Amino acid sequence: MTINESTGQALERERAGRTMKVAQHLFPGKIEECIEMLARYGGNARIVAGGTDLFLWLKEGKASAETLVDVSCIKEMKALEERSDCLILGPGLTHAEVASNPVVRRYFPALSDGCRSVGSPQIRNIGTLGGNIVSAQPAADSVVPLVALGAECEIRGLSGSRTELLEELFLGVGKSRVDPTREVITRIIVKKPEGKSGNAFARIAPREAMALPVINAAVQLTVDAGRISAARIVTAPVAVAPFRARKAEECLIGKQPGSIGDLKRAAKIAEEEAKPRDSLVRGSGEYRKALVKDLVEQALLRAAGSLG
Amino acid sequence: MQALKCVVNGKDVEVNVDPSRSLVDVLRTDLGLTGTKKGCGEGECGACTILLDGKPVNSCIIPVMKAQGRNILTIEGLAEAGELHPIQEAFIEAGAVQCGFCTPGVILSAKSLLEEFENPSQEEITEALSGHLCRCTGYLQFYDALKLAAEKIAEKKKATYGYGG
Repeated sequence: MTINESTGQALERERAGRTMKVAQHLFPGKIEECIEMLARYGGNARIVAGGTDLFLWLKEGKASAETLVDVSCIKEMKALEERSDCLILGPGLTHAEVASNPVVRRYFPALSDGCRSVGSPQIRNIGTLGGNIVSAQPAADSVVPLVALGAECEIRGLSGSRTELLEELFLGVGKSRVDPTREVITRIIVKKPEGKSGNAFARIAPREAMALPVINAAVQLTVDAGRISAARIVTAPVAVAPFRARKAEECLIGKQPGSIGDLKRAAKIAEEEAKPRDSLVRGSGEYRKALVKDLVEQALLRAAGSLG
Repeated sequence: MQALKCVVNGKDVEVNVDPSRSLVDVLRTDLGLTGTKKGCGEGECGACTILLDGKPVNSCIIPVMKAQGRNILTIEGLAEAGELHPIQEAFIEAGAVQCGFCTPGVILSAKSLLEEFENPSQEEITEALSGHLCRCTGYLQFYDALKLAAEKIAEKKKATYGYGG
């Protein structure tokens, strides 16, 4: 343990088994083959997509793997399919690919804008949607909108296949319920809401590029017969996972989407619900609470404005 | 060790590599292509930018085997038959080079941008260069260089094909 290292980090490193080093990097051509490889190397193999997080964790000893099973060349992992009721996104799509896709833009501008905010162009050209989910950082700019859109993930592993709500995959900061040594996300399913709907993403960071968000927010409003029938409001990082401001969501039900007062009131409630911590990097809790209100308000106004 | 086969600057390359290494380390130490710089080593500064299948990426956080079967362009591959690429000429003429550490990466991002947009707007240039840290130029010379490069490329096309685009 070095002087600058916390006990937690030291434990994490020990658990990771520092001596293990990547000995092979494999490229399965199919998902089945990928699962077989994970089975064959029993816990010593790990899925890699873009690798932009994983490569650094491996270097720092925060993660370890003897075999990397690379999913970026599997065709199905990069598919983007529009169905009548949903979009199916391949988790191997890069942030750049999602951000520039016109179908995603048409239905889910929140997701386009979120993907466009990740890292830098160079990171967006290689980092993937699925990787961002499994990295489980609470304020991941592509994941926060996916949670607001109620996305589901199809996960395949040694013990079969299951579909889960994305928002339920978070165990803690950097910890996902998707275990990359045993399973892989194979599809991300984003339902098109029935009836009229609008969604939007907002973020603030110290700089406009290559800076992590101080606060980000994504919302989706669904309208039925002129009244809001469903609302999803997500903000981060104010908890260990993307945070749903459920009271703020509830207070919008039955309201008219054009009522600016109601949208502003919901943003105020979101501010009261969110409990951001003081952070040397991101700013004081008090400041970030105020930002929750501003960004949720901005996102709600834009989502309501896009209902058309 | 694993066998890596890829195309680097138009040439087929076969090299045995340790798969735990980064692409930038192999480019610099094994292939001797030291034009690609290693700055932060964490994907933050953009000095190590290369083009992978035509798209700018940070080679410092890419496991080297990810280059398997792919096409890599580094700054060494830009000049043709001893003649500088128009973007390189433009950077010299516009004085967009000072310490030189960010330059190879910036030029490669510029190349990718100019292939997508023949005449990029200020916003498109800002966006394309947003993954590069430069502490010398203040970025303004980059805008001049990119606009000049766009003109040079258009002129070259006109001279070659007899039309502007």
